[in-house]
Amino acid sequence: MTAYFDNSATTKPCEKAVEKMLFTLRECWGNPSSSHEKGVEAQMLLDSCRKTLADKLSCSPQEIFFTSGGTESNNIAVLGAARAAARSGKKVITGAVEHPSVMRAFDRLESEGFEVIRIGTDRFGRIDLAAMEDALDGSTTLVSVMAVNNELGTVEPTAEIAALIRKKAPRALFHVDAVQAFGKIPLSVRRPAVDLMSVSSHKIHGPKGVGALYVKKGTKLQALSFGGGQESNLRPGTEAMPAIAGFATAVEELTTEKSLKKVTALRDELVENLSKIPGLVINSPVEALPYIVNISLPGYPSETVLNFLSDMDIYVSSGSACSKGHRSHVLTAAGLPAEIIDSSLRISFSRYTTPRELEYLIEGLKRATERIMKR
Amino acid sequence: MKEVLLIKNGELALKGLNRGTFEDILVKNMRRRLGAAVGKFVFTKSQSTIIAEAAEEDADFDLAEDVLKKVFGIAGFSRAALAEKDIEDIKRVALSYLRDELESAGTFKVNAKRSDKRFPMTSPEICREVGAHLLRNIPSLKVDVHNPDVTVTVEVRDKNVFIHGNQIKGAGGMPVGSAGRAALLVSGGIDSPVAGYMMSKRGLQLTAIHFAAPPYTSKRAEMKVRDLVSIVAKYSGRVNFAIVNFTEIQEAIKEKCPEELFTVIMRRMMMRISLRLAERDDCGALITGESLGQVASQTMGALACTDAVSTMPVFRPLIGMDKEEIITISRKIGAFETSILPYEDCCTVFTPKHPRTRPTIALIEEAEAAADFAPMIERAIETVRYEHID
Repeated sequence: MTAYFDNSATTKPCEKAVEKMLFTLRECWGNPSSSHEKGVEAQMLLDSCRKTLADKLSCSPQEIFFTSGGTESNNIAVLGAARAAARSGKKVITGAVEHPSVMRAFDRLESEGFEVIRIGTDRFGRIDLAAMEDALDGSTTLVSVMAVNNELGTVEPTAEIAALIRKKAPRALFHVDAVQAFGKIPLSVRRPAVDLMSVSSHKIHGPKGVGALYVKKGTKLQALSFGGGQESNLRPGTEAMPAIAGFATAVEELTTEKSLKKVTALRDELVENLSKIPGLVINSPVEALPYIVNISLPGYPSETVLNFLSDMDIYVSSGSACSKGHRSHVLTAAGLPAEIIDSSLRISFSRYTTPRELEYLIEGLKRATERIMKR
Repeated sequence: MKEVLLIKNGELALKGLNRGTFEDILVKNMRRRLGAAVGKFVFTKSQSTIIAEAAEEDADFDLAEDVLKKVFGIAGFSRAALAEKDIEDIKRVALSYLRDELESAGTFKVNAKRSDKRFPMTSPEICREVGAHLLRNIPSLKVDVHNPDVTVTVEVRDKNVFIHGNQIKGAGGMPVGSAGRAALLVSGGIDSPVAGYMMSKRGLQLTAIHFAAPPYTSKRAEMKVRDLVSIVAKYSGRVNFAIVNFTEIQEAIKEKCPEELFTVIMRRMMMRISLRLAERDDCGALITGESLGQVASQTMGALACTDAVSTMPVFRPLIGMDKEEIITISRKIGAFETSILPYEDCCTVFTPKHPRTRPTIALIEEAEAAADFAPMIERAIETVRYEHID
């Protein structure tokens, strides 16, 4: 039996999305920019995909831009917004536990002369609101914070941050990296009120290589690439229609509230069983997104447990899949001790996770602690 | 225009009556390596030069050059063009074949070697004619007979005339196989691939032995070692790669033996298994990447303890080198980027906090008596997995 618990790294594409992609590749393969019928047909498909995304995020289709994924959405949002506003201010703010595609973009801004403030967190990776309030002022042009942390599942106080921005830095743009939250909790661009929001397809059972960026009407962004005018020149290049169509289909297939209920029940069962494993520590907060449970088995290095489970066809991750081998910057920023960080594992669910898989995972973790020699 | 490779073997010339055997091994190695990467080549020996001609007309000589640069036993080689035994043809070929090289150079000279004395011109006459022709046609060029950027060589031999520019530096050393075969203990770090490269440069064929300890070490770590071995194989030719499952032994050492002796005992177990595998593969020595004092298991005392279980010589080409020097070679052979990928290898699993730097053999032997390692060693040898890496 196989048990896949690495859904925050990527999810299995749903059948409907795969079918839609095949249809797009085989039948609707035109270039949306072509004037002839084959192009018009593709343009219509593209429009309907854009509308699907817009409806899901409660915005207008003109505010949705397709990208190559979460990383590009975050890059365009952070670099594009800060650079476009550079003349009115160079102070930008982000969290200390962001995804590398946000972190590295801010590092880049810093090297371009921007003043970058990185707000620390509590031990669950939750942004320190008091520090955020202190940092915000009239010269701030951009704030970027993730909706849900990818390693801990911690839900960041984005609504509170939005309120602080309105109060202290009304001209600042607010970007939310919602890659881990999208499709898992009810989400719209008005709750929290954001100017920019990144989402990705392959975390919600769509294909890899596509994502979207919500850009509030009137928001000025500097493009990072240049070409034939597609996506209003913000992200030029012939649209990746099969991927976009697969993405939109995956969005149509979302059953956010129902899945959340199901996954919450699974999470609760997991946590209950985990408490029986001696020494095991749960790093995620109780009120975390139930899709992610971060645990540690002090004395059992993550890599060893991961290898052991992998041999049983149980798939979890150590830290985040994007930074294998390096000590997690999220857990480090949260101030967790080294033995907790070095033995941490992320278990992440999807709406397809079954109770049998869960049983097998618990069995695997128990066997791991019995079989592996502690260091 | 037909192109050939002229290979000069270095140290081989010193080997007196053995020279023929060494040359045969070198030709065999070149034939195999060029054959695998480029295509069939035909080899002819002529004085101190080996001439390699491609069997196919459109053979990729840029690729052949890259391959030959990594074949040990070659001091230097040239890519040469063939010309008719006629001065007009020699001039024409020299200009068209070397035009690019000469245009980007400032100065040149011509060097002629006439081994076929029936050719109607003397060497100085050939030099003058060819030099003047090149000067006339490439205006940017100047003559410098003492320190030229490019030396154009015209070799008038029995059947053909060869024309070539500067000689390309070879990898040096001795042809792989001329010194026999040895077994390299390869972990996945920076040192062992460098040690393998250095000993293969001295003419050794390699068997590589890797110790894996799943689940403490991962499949990715094993893939990394395989990648490293294939980088060494670019120089050494085909490597017999043996992967030993070491988990049971490591766990037993951890459980039964004193913590501060863990690493030395582990090294001795590795040596015992390696010896047996090396004998099986007709090896005459073991090779390790140890460097004196680099870590606790590489002190003189610790090395004495590891050597005590080996009946074969243990070659340690890095023993007197600094880490920086080792890294320089690692970069040169293209192994560094792979070596630093962060996967745990069996040498870092269960590393003691305070290892003993001056263990004695008596102490170690007493500690090893705490568990019955012999059947575990047999099991490890029975379950070894073999691969060929080219």
